[in-house]
Amino acid sequence: MKMNQAEKKHDLLLKPGMVLKGKWHNKRYVIKRKLGNGAIGTVYLCEVGAKLAALKISDKGTSMTVEVNVLKSLQKVQGSRLGPYLLDVDDWVSTYGNTYSFYVMEYLDGQSISTFIKDNGDVWVGVFMLQLLEDLEQLHQSGWVFGDLKQDNLIVTSAPPRLRWVDVGGTTQIGRAIKEYTEFYDRGYWGMGTRKAEPSYDLFSLVMVFLNIYYPRRFVRSKSGSPSDKQLFKKIDDVKVLAPYRYILKNALIGNYQSSAEMKAEVMNVVHRAQRKTRSQRQAKAKTANKVPFLIETAGITLIAFIYYLISIFI
Amino acid sequence: MKSGTLKQVLLITDGCSNKGEDPAAVAAIAYEQGLTINVIGILDDGQTEDVSGLREVEDIALSGGGVSQIVYTESLSQTVQMVTRQAMTQTIQGFVNKELKQILGNNQTIEDVDPEKRGEIMEVVEDIGETSDLEVLVLVDTSASMHDKLQTVKESLIDLSISLNSRIGKNRFCIYSFPGKRKDIQKVFDWSPKLDSISAVFPKLTSGGITPTGPALREAMYQFSKKSLLRSLRNEDEPGREEA
Repeated sequence: MKMNQAEKKHDLLLKPGMVLKGKWHNKRYVIKRKLGNGAIGTVYLCEVGAKLAALKISDKGTSMTVEVNVLKSLQKVQGSRLGPYLLDVDDWVSTYGNTYSFYVMEYLDGQSISTFIKDNGDVWVGVFMLQLLEDLEQLHQSGWVFGDLKQDNLIVTSAPPRLRWVDVGGTTQIGRAIKEYTEFYDRGYWGMGTRKAEPSYDLFSLVMVFLNIYYPRRFVRSKSGSPSDKQLFKKIDDVKVLAPYRYILKNALIGNYQSSAEMKAEVMNVVHRAQRKTRSQRQAKAKTANKVPFLIETAGITLIAFIYYLISIFI
Repeated sequence: MKSGTLKQVLLITDGCSNKGEDPAAVAAIAYEQGLTINVIGILDDGQTEDVSGLREVEDIALSGGGVSQIVYTESLSQTVQMVTRQAMTQTIQGFVNKELKQILGNNQTIEDVDPEKRGEIMEVVEDIGETSDLEVLVLVDTSASMHDKLQTVKESLIDLSISLNSRIGKNRFCIYSFPGKRKDIQKVFDWSPKLDSISAVFPKLTSGGITPTGPALREAMYQFSKKSLLRSLRNEDEPGREEA
């Protein structure tokens, strides 16, 4: 558990321009720059055959193997883009003779969900909620639970904007104990459920992902050991943007949805309702001209968001 | 395949031992008897990781075949469960490596097989970790300096029980504190599958500055062996249960 030292070691080892050659598959990777530190390793941007890829390296071989196993099983989920595409798994022996495990995956470039929503408007909340629920449904259907679902593990790629998963290291088979979690997103921490891998565990974290957007500095439980539902409900109520979804988010927190699809259907209803409102408002517009222009605008944006969402699921 | 029981001692302390035998030596004996000794050293705010008193934390875990970590009180919960899980994987991997050596010849370990096969082996290790039964004896240092930290220790133990009880395998926990009133350690909470009822019984502080870590570990080891003896007498018709 000398995590810090190990990472320092990597910093010393992998400098931009360095070439990493795999021990088993002999592929060559040119290191471009460091992308970030994970719980068990460091991720670098690298180049392989004139293409960019992300390379994760660690001295914790077994933990890396577990992550690779997860990535491999996600690739088996048909026609889906759950998690980055896995390109290579290998070992690297340093000049000092130390062996490190690494794997190479598709490089996903984009913005954090918070930044994206700040730049492009709150109307995207509904879209991302639907995208995330859609992906989670697929994942759950294939027998897995995301586990460590949090902002840092999500990225918004562009054209069209799509929420993608960058780190799937916490993904756990349904029925087992959650492998990795972050307190703020963990229902166990809030006294609101077990750490058993089941769809409702992810749905709880999903709510916290959206709360985190409006509470960027997060917050802590007011009292440990007892259910924090009142505290969390209050936090939801205090965010105006989340008002249309309030009821759904609270239901997800207390584990009222058995599946992601069930929650998605209700979110879809909210988006539809907003649309209908737009239509009736348009009809009323003749009489009450210019009385509620901002309402029409809001509804219009919701409609556009809905269309964007439809586009994004068919691409 | 029937998985056995993994047995761990989790020692939570904030300072170096100052009475009795060398705790690292006791840990080595315990390891020989099939126990794993994990140690968590708690830092005070403002202390750095190089505090000399906490140096033995790593030594005890190393000779006890376990995992050690030095943390500030805030991150205790996550650490307690991470250390326990990692030690489980480490122990299971130890067994698997032993088997591999028999199959593949000398000095072959998981790291020496190619990444594809390694993946398959790790799947087995994970399966065993999820399904095997686990017994954890928690040994909490309650010397005077731990006073402010005990609330957090209690919370993180409840949290540990949430995590481990989400596994498929069965769990049993018990808690001892040291130094005890007259003995080296004192029973706080008897073997039980859950820890959520510990709030009421959590130790009242023993004052005084002695930290008999070595003797406390020896006593913990004895508690384990006493228990397995009792159980093996009770379930003589169920052999193989105790071999991990």
